[in-house]
Amino acid sequence: MRRPKAIVLHAAGTNRDPDACVALELAGADPEIVHVNRLRARDRRLSDYAMLVIPGGFSYADALGAGRLFALDLASYFADEAAAFVDSGKPVIGVCNGFQVLVKAGILPGDRREREATLAHNENGRFECRWTAMSAPASNCVWTRNLPGLLSCPIAHGEGRFVVDSETTMERLVSGGRIALVYSGADGRPAGGAYPANPNGSAADVAGICNSAGNVLGLMPHPENNVVVRDRDGERRRASTAACIALWKNGVDYAKGM
Amino acid sequence: METSTDVYRFLVRPKERPGEHCGPRARSLAADARALGLSKIRAVHRAAIYFVRGTIAPKELSLLGRFLFCDPVVEDCAWERVGDAAPAGAPARARRIEVSLRPGVTDPVADEAARAARELGIKGVEAVSTGDAFDVEGDGVTDGDLRLLAERLLCNAVIQRWAIGRIEPSWPDEAAGSGEVERMDVGSMDDAALLALSAERRAALDVAEMVVIRDYFNREGRACTDAEFETIAQTWSEHCVHKTFKALIEVDAPGYPPFVDNVLKSYIKKASDEIAAPWVLSAFVDNAGIIEFDDEYEVSFKVETHNHPSAVEPFGGANTGVGGVIRDVMGVSARPIAATDVLCFGPPDAAPEEVPAGSLHPRRIASGVIAGVQDYGNKMGVPTVNGGIHYDHGYSANPLVYCGCAGIAPRGRHPKAAAAGDRVVVLGGRTGRDGLRGATFSSMVMDSSTGELSGASVQIGAPIVQKKVSEALIAARDAGLYSAITDCGAGGLSSAVGEMASVLGADVDIARAPLKYPGLAPWEIWLSEAQERMVVAVPPKDMDALRAICDAVDVEMTDLGRFTGEGRLVVRYGGATVIDIDCGFLHSGPPQRRLRAAPPVDASAGEPADERAPAGAAVSPAPAVGEALLAILAHPAVVSREPTVRLYDHEVQGATVLRPYDGPAADGPQDAAVLKPRETKGSRGLALSNGFNHRYGAADPYRMAVSAVDEAVRNAVAVGADPERIAVLDNFCLGDPTRRETMWTLLESARGCYDAAIAHGTPFVSGKDSFNNAYLASDGRRVSIPPSLLISAIGIVPDVGNAPGTDLKAEGDPLYLVGNPAPSFGGSVYAELFGLPPGSDPGVPGSPAGAPAAYRALHRAIAAGFVRACHDLSDGGLAAALAEMCIGGRLGARVALDGIGGTAPALFGETNGCLVVEADAPTAAEFERSMAGSPYRRIGETDGEARLLLSVGGEAAVVGLDDMIAAYSGTRSER
Repeated sequence: MRRPKAIVLHAAGTNRDPDACVALELAGADPEIVHVNRLRARDRRLSDYAMLVIPGGFSYADALGAGRLFALDLASYFADEAAAFVDSGKPVIGVCNGFQVLVKAGILPGDRREREATLAHNENGRFECRWTAMSAPASNCVWTRNLPGLLSCPIAHGEGRFVVDSETTMERLVSGGRIALVYSGADGRPAGGAYPANPNGSAADVAGICNSAGNVLGLMPHPENNVVVRDRDGERRRASTAACIALWKNGVDYAKGM
Repeated sequence: METSTDVYRFLVRPKERPGEHCGPRARSLAADARALGLSKIRAVHRAAIYFVRGTIAPKELSLLGRFLFCDPVVEDCAWERVGDAAPAGAPARARRIEVSLRPGVTDPVADEAARAARELGIKGVEAVSTGDAFDVEGDGVTDGDLRLLAERLLCNAVIQRWAIGRIEPSWPDEAAGSGEVERMDVGSMDDAALLALSAERRAALDVAEMVVIRDYFNREGRACTDAEFETIAQTWSEHCVHKTFKALIEVDAPGYPPFVDNVLKSYIKKASDEIAAPWVLSAFVDNAGIIEFDDEYEVSFKVETHNHPSAVEPFGGANTGVGGVIRDVMGVSARPIAATDVLCFGPPDAAPEEVPAGSLHPRRIASGVIAGVQDYGNKMGVPTVNGGIHYDHGYSANPLVYCGCAGIAPRGRHPKAAAAGDRVVVLGGRTGRDGLRGATFSSMVMDSSTGELSGASVQIGAPIVQKKVSEALIAARDAGLYSAITDCGAGGLSSAVGEMASVLGADVDIARAPLKYPGLAPWEIWLSEAQERMVVAVPPKDMDALRAICDAVDVEMTDLGRFTGEGRLVVRYGGATVIDIDCGFLHSGPPQRRLRAAPPVDASAGEPADERAPAGAAVSPAPAVGEALLAILAHPAVVSREPTVRLYDHEVQGATVLRPYDGPAADGPQDAAVLKPRETKGSRGLALSNGFNHRYGAADPYRMAVSAVDEAVRNAVAVGADPERIAVLDNFCLGDPTRRETMWTLLESARGCYDAAIAHGTPFVSGKDSFNNAYLASDGRRVSIPPSLLISAIGIVPDVGNAPGTDLKAEGDPLYLVGNPAPSFGGSVYAELFGLPPGSDPGVPGSPAGAPAAYRALHRAIAAGFVRACHDLSDGGLAAALAEMCIGGRLGARVALDGIGGTAPALFGETNGCLVVEADAPTAAEFERSMAGSPYRRIGETDGEARLLLSVGGEAAVVGLDDMIAAYSGTRSER
């Protein structure tokens, strides 16, 4: 079967776009990094792609809050195109800054018009780069199905604390199978808010959520940074790449099946 | 609809979280305040201020406040027109301090906010500026407390203003002034007038140099313009031409000839020339040193210092230090792939009265510098992978901030030959008053007025702007659109264009340069050190293609003029000529400086630096081995830097193979970073490491240099770099070069560099020197830094799969000590804690016998896959190395040491040339065979016990793994 085309969106300050391409290629996709200016110029169209990836970085220097201005681009220039892409059921993933963009653009959780969740400054007030482990509870998410073991990969963010506006929102996300990834200890049990297993103080240890249809995943950690082990002892030191590769493959396979 | 041109003020405040009035950030600010002695302060809540100037309708105000500036899930926003009766500001129980940037200081958030407002369709926004509001809680907080809090913690007067209560917004001064050229009749000045002019314009030129300028303008038969004078001052500054390194030095010291002509040529370059490594592609010529990576790619490496700017504005100084060195790598047509940082600060626990008058507290310098490094590297998407932090009283007023950057590029794609007719093109940021006279500022001794006077020398970075420039340049390189390139660093356009046109000459019109705000005089435009700018020479036929690339990624591109081929640097401002000087005169440089060198007269200054050890410590009974080891692990020179390192993104680009802290708990300190760049084929990678020990420098600068080179090389070898493919960089930081002792220190350390480089066969490919690292306190006390030499190494790792790392891997593996230990205690961590052990060597480590051969043998063993872990001996000696290996691997070890001297020398003495190796048990015999003929000995084995067992001469000590982890992580409670 043909390699599905993935659009990897780039705004000023996006920096893990090449990293995402490495993972996408490994997982069988045909990624293309596209600057938002080209979408604005109608030089490229979202609808020509089978997957949408919003990668990590510091879009617009995190001015006015991480992801805020990239989200504004989406809302100002491509609100309809983006909504049509999401509604079509094609797989969408936002990693780190991309997750922040999806949340601040209202695409995630995506149930109401007002913003009901956000990614706030880490509980300890600092940017942190460290490896984390996540488990995938039963959910609607097409990206996290049948992951072989814990998903382990680095975080690198200062604004990753998942916050909701009310208990009701959290209950809806939990009961609706929307919690796609949860920060966990090495034993696979949720971190229970304990640092550093839960590295940023996220409510209910949430590391990633999906929309109600399950095709859109946003997560703070970087599964694109654990797809190749190059040192002999890498897996002993850190973790298997299997779950990260499986996550990317899930997205690619889902795109193929559309 | 009602509209008017006004200024509006938006205050965005975090919502109080349920059950928590005071969040972690408010508590941490309050803790900082209490550390300054402001014990009444309970909490400091921070809120963001946005000032928006323009013609804005009420609905648009609401859009800005509710939608753009505020995240409604966690924040509230209130706004008002400036001048209107104000609604309540601070909560009743708090006092308010507000801080805003001075006009003209780079403010990326404000720029983005203005852009976003227009994107939202709010066309009437003219300008945005930002600030912070601090609500201070505490009983009986006085105005005096607030003033202290503002001055010492919340505001840096160099770039910010503050007020108790509301602050008025400020905007860049738009007063006219542009086009003004001042003319100075230097031709008729006597020596005194010349020196007065140099001082008045902070040019840092001496009388011999001023006389040459006078003679030149006499030959030209005209007055000198301000822009010409400033250009010459920058071009001839210590920072740009390294006058001290190239000086003729009259030496009064045994073992030296009476004169040394040019330290750079006599020692540093001499070593590279003699080694003549064919894989060195560029040394001391380009903006960065370049070596071969493989047949397709080359890697570049450059390390710079940004000490003086970091002393007065720690965040901005370090931030632009990182930005500047990344531009150096962009200036050799490379893609930045790694950042490094070695930082030297005063003791963080210094009492406020110990801090020299006029300088910031070391704790504040450290947090600002670290935040600056973090901000630039992370936002540029360049992983920060190697570095160090060192503490000494000498760094209190004069921190050292070494910033490095490595890059990768396809071979043979870095064009270096502009042709007459090529256009002079500037890419990137706009020009403002930032950073005027930075090159000369960094060439002076600082005093208590420096912060105030040099406000204009401070630059603030905008890393995203530079990231866009980097992306555009790589596309332009691949399309072959430029014929030469350099970065705008110290001296701004004057250095960048001046350097590129040093032979051809150029004719440019700086009125075309896009400005951040109007009102700059021509010389200010020409000299501005505004960041994020690169200059390229572009053949006229390629201009359109380059413009298309820049437009696609929103990079500003300006055509300033052309390279002429006429050998004169001509700078116009519209119709007026502001500079017209002969390139030969400008670039033949100032007359060679004559300096004098002699060893310190005060004999004690050359003695081992154990004076900080507690009095009488040397005669007190030796501490128990376990206690000594735990104290060493917790010592500021050794204790884990993990909390700082986690602030840096070391994973971005997905190329990091060996991290700064690695192992199953990710807390084992590594000797060097290993990277495998994404564009290269196969499993070849590169190692980045460093060697630095200022405690040795105070005792013996020659041995400091030998030690730094050896440490950098052995760190690289430890992670698998081929010792025959390692290049090094030198960065000297010393005091006032007009002092004979300073120059003697320079000579001694340069001689050490030469000897060590020759011994290891490691060529120098780049270097930098920073002098005048001294501070004249208002009480006349002179605080000099200890002699400081950073050696950075870049090495090729043939197969990154075999990079061992320091963390122990398995139980039952044999442990070896590779190298000939020669333990000594001068400048050692042990001596600083406990004094010199009786009968021990009080010197500092010198040239390691047999080390080059041992490193080559060890490398063969690593490359063959026989080595599972490897760690070099450095601060704290063998015991500290073993402890770190156990911590990193969460394993135990049994080690017996005989024939290395007594307990203290064997375990805690410091030595060059040695490493501990964990060999793979099944192939231990092969390891031993491959080491045959080189110094090595078996010292023990790994096991699954949670302890390190050390025995010397039959006496055993046991140290628990948990205790070691606690000590090393800085969480062990005092006993």
